[in-house]
Amino acid sequence: MMVNIKSIHNLLAENDFFKGMSSEYLKTLAGCGKLAHFKGGDFLIREGDCANAFYLIRSGKVAIECHTPASGEVSIARIGAGDITGYSWLFPPYRNNFDSLALSDVSAVVLNGKCLRSKAEQDHELGYQLMKRFAQVMHDRLEATRHQMLDVYANGRTSNAG
Amino acid sequence: MQTAEHLMQADTVPVSPMLPLPYRVSDISEEIPGCQTLRLIPEFEKHYQKWTPGQFFMLYVFGHGEVPISVSGNPEKPGELTFSIMSLGSVTQAICRLKPGDAIGLRGPFGSAWPLDKLKGQNIILMAGGLGLAPLRPALYHLMSNSQAYGNIQLLYGTRQPDSIIFADELASWSANRAIEVRTTVDNAGRDWSGNVGVITDLLKDISLNDTNTSALICGPEVMMRFSAYALLDRGLAMENIFISMERNMKCAVRMCGRCQYGRYFICHDGPVFSFDRVRELFRIREL
Repeated sequence: MMVNIKSIHNLLAENDFFKGMSSEYLKTLAGCGKLAHFKGGDFLIREGDCANAFYLIRSGKVAIECHTPASGEVSIARIGAGDITGYSWLFPPYRNNFDSLALSDVSAVVLNGKCLRSKAEQDHELGYQLMKRFAQVMHDRLEATRHQMLDVYANGRTSNAG
Repeated sequence: MQTAEHLMQADTVPVSPMLPLPYRVSDISEEIPGCQTLRLIPEFEKHYQKWTPGQFFMLYVFGHGEVPISVSGNPEKPGELTFSIMSLGSVTQAICRLKPGDAIGLRGPFGSAWPLDKLKGQNIILMAGGLGLAPLRPALYHLMSNSQAYGNIQLLYGTRQPDSIIFADELASWSANRAIEVRTTVDNAGRDWSGNVGVITDLLKDISLNDTNTSALICGPEVMMRFSAYALLDRGLAMENIFISMERNMKCAVRMCGRCQYGRYFICHDGPVFSFDRVRELFRIREL
């Protein structure tokens, strides 16, 4: 068990997402983590399920998807090594709103959201450190989504091309 | 007074920038539904006009009107001109109805070019959005033909969906030949698409940038160019090393009519290619 926690601690420390976080906090987070492997076609997260975890992708490719009646599964984003998926565990009602599908074999560190929430409640500095990092991820995704919503490539709009 | 017919029959042609020269469509290929690439050859060989990547011509469909279109062909293949056109308005629709052998008028070339000579020895990032890949394609051909004169060449291409990727076969072959590094992303896709999904600036996360020796050429919708330029500035590129191709409604193409005025510039004459430091402030003026 100690070996597992230590290796998770190292994996967290190597990731940009946790850059600047103290070793003590990384140890605390590692205590809520475990390693996980998914085959291509497995779901890391399913829309509608309870959101009790987030995933730090170590290798492989993951599609963040939404099912639409007209178009089937639509990919909204694709993420890979070093990226994070899942932040619904932070906010009530703790329910996933999108699917995260492994497009290839995926290795990840899974961090238990319930465990993290309870530790963050006990130590607000840890909560702030986590919230600050997730806010950045959410900010980047929101900005990207807004740009996608602008649909700038619609109707062949471009410079000097028509 | 000389008539157009006299001018066309003369051995040497004093080409007026306002006089369309006769060309014929030699070949048409469909890139994606609604977007065609036309190869044009001059009716008279002497009418072929030399151009440089980034420049545009006014294409005149008799009885319909003129539109400015950037050259999308290979600058190493003189004697023909290639344009990729999306059927949108009445003139571009008329162009897309042309058949091989049909006549079309051309004026040009006009405007500024990608500063490829100035960029020798540098790493080059090309960021293309949607049909913006077309005006960058001549620059890509030049860079690939002269790759020993440049550093690392990377193309980042963003478009709407997998089925709206233009020049898809060429992109695949450039990537397979390792002539350049190609990264493509789409705004949305189904599961049958194995590539990236997301905005073009996401692709910058995956590449290492030597900010002191890298220049970027950007072409696409204005919003895409703006955010791409900002993302490159965030990565440390200097404003004067970022080049964009601007678009405004052009009519005369010789800075007389004022239709394409953009602040103190006329896009047809001072542009379409600008270094970002020249237009950054204008981007912030919404009325322009």
